[in-house]
Amino acid sequence: MIQARGLTKRYGEKTAVDHADFTVEPGHVTGFLGPNGAGKSTTMRMVLGLDRPSGGDVTVGGRHYRDLGAPLREVGALLDAKAVHPGRSAYNHLRCLAQSNAIPRRRVDEVIGLVGLESVASKPFRGFSLGMGQRLGIAAALLGDPAVLMFDEPVNGLDPEGILWIRNLMKDLAAEGRTVFVSSHLMSEMAVTADHLVVIGRGRILADTGMREFIDDNATSHVLVRSPEAARLRPLLAGRSWRVDVEDERTLQVHGATATEVGDVAADHGIRLHELCAVQPSLEEAFMQLTGDSVEYHAGALAGLPPGLSRAGGDGA
Amino acid sequence: MTASTTATGTAGGPGATTFGSVLASEWTKIRTVKSTFWTLLAGAVVVIGLSVLWALAFTASYDQMTPEDRATVAPTSPMQIAFYFGMVIFGVLGVLVITGEYTTGMIRTALTAVPRRPQYLAAKALVLAAVVLVAGEVVSFLSFFLSQLLLSSKDLDGSLGDPGVLRAVMGGGLYLMLIALMALGVGVIVRHTAGSVVVVFVVLFVLGIVGGFLPGEWGATLNKYLPSNAGGAILAPTQTGTTLAPWTGLAYFTLYTLVVLAVAVVLFESRDA
Repeated sequence: MIQARGLTKRYGEKTAVDHADFTVEPGHVTGFLGPNGAGKSTTMRMVLGLDRPSGGDVTVGGRHYRDLGAPLREVGALLDAKAVHPGRSAYNHLRCLAQSNAIPRRRVDEVIGLVGLESVASKPFRGFSLGMGQRLGIAAALLGDPAVLMFDEPVNGLDPEGILWIRNLMKDLAAEGRTVFVSSHLMSEMAVTADHLVVIGRGRILADTGMREFIDDNATSHVLVRSPEAARLRPLLAGRSWRVDVEDERTLQVHGATATEVGDVAADHGIRLHELCAVQPSLEEAFMQLTGDSVEYHAGALAGLPPGLSRAGGDGA
Repeated sequence: MTASTTATGTAGGPGATTFGSVLASEWTKIRTVKSTFWTLLAGAVVVIGLSVLWALAFTASYDQMTPEDRATVAPTSPMQIAFYFGMVIFGVLGVLVITGEYTTGMIRTALTAVPRRPQYLAAKALVLAAVVLVAGEVVSFLSFFLSQLLLSSKDLDGSLGDPGVLRAVMGGGLYLMLIALMALGVGVIVRHTAGSVVVVFVVLFVLGIVGGFLPGEWGATLNKYLPSNAGGAILAPTQTGTTLAPWTGLAYFTLYTLVVLAVAVVLFESRDA
């Protein structure tokens, strides 16, 4: 379990993480979602004792990371897949990490097998592709068979096969009862991987909740109805005290009703329908709704950027 | 990937993490990068090669020299000159063992494995010291013996039994070890390879020469205490007028090294990795 209480990190004037409170529970994949530069990596570095918090506190299993005697056996982390000496072989990289935490040598061979790097284990890291680097980083994270795992943007630069592999790995690890904390700026990725969400924007925790609840709370479902007689249908629906938005002269959005109810009303009045469907909210919509509500976030993050660019480009910071 | 991700669980063996674990890890690290070997080889070639070259040049021109010039030579003279030019290379190794981790980002992986930073740095320093001490003694003794072979053609050679010679030759290895440790401290403070190497070069090489141009009594005294002049005193069989006593000089160099390392530990502990 990872627990942050009032966790704050300031770099001079800039506040990277602002009084963050969240809990990452075992047995789930917890997604750490936020745009690039929102403070995800900074938060993860503070969990691992790499950066000192300016205020507040974060613990892993109730203890500060720096107080862990053999930290790799309790927490495994993949921060930056490129953070390996280019001249050292994958095997020796894992070997020196294992030795520092008194992890037996056979475990090194085991994790190399787990991530499928047997054929290149004795090759220098400089020849590794990004995907191979990610696998090596995951091998290092699994080395100590830890109960807590953290992955910072693990699917960056991976091919579809690699993405699927990591996704299943994280789910399997959580199913074994481990705590799995994974950051991403890709909402579609979170939607299919995580069961719990911690959402961060401009250093502030905007939500700490289950995936389903998050979507239900922050994005409303509606019924989309297309009809050549939309103008006649609209007052009939509005008369049932449902909110009706007009998308265009043939298309209506009905809030608060089910598709069945809308279809019945149309049938009762002999109105032809060309399309009738219930629109499920997506994580994207929930996220936009939430961050859109956060005025400070909206004003600060989007100021000066052309529409649509606020979440694009850049590296996770 | 199946459910057997990590379930085999051979990771949590009975052995607890000790300082010995960290030492073993650092030993693996230093011997599994090629730069260690190449740096030590370069240092050995320069120091041994220059000792031989200088001995050759000196014996070749010996017959044309004035008696005063002839009197300046000691059996350790070739290695003293060679050390001055080659010692910075051993400093480069000290720099590389830490800046190699900063430039690749390996430092963050390493500090998640060993979050107790003073312990981490201590293990790194001990392994580096052991490696450079062994290599340094080999280099020092080879420089001495090879240059004696050449000096013997003019009956200028000495032996380890002569007063102060064994101390000078053994001290050479110790001096190189201290240089590597001081450079490690510089590397921790500066965190960039090129910047650290420049600092080490200026402190050891440039400063020792510039000190010779300082004016007056005051300048001559200060010159003795400059790092490479103090440390280099160990290489002379007997104290000369322009240097500190051998062990006093090396003690000052040790003190400078400890100060640099102390600053390094404080910064290493307080800075974000």
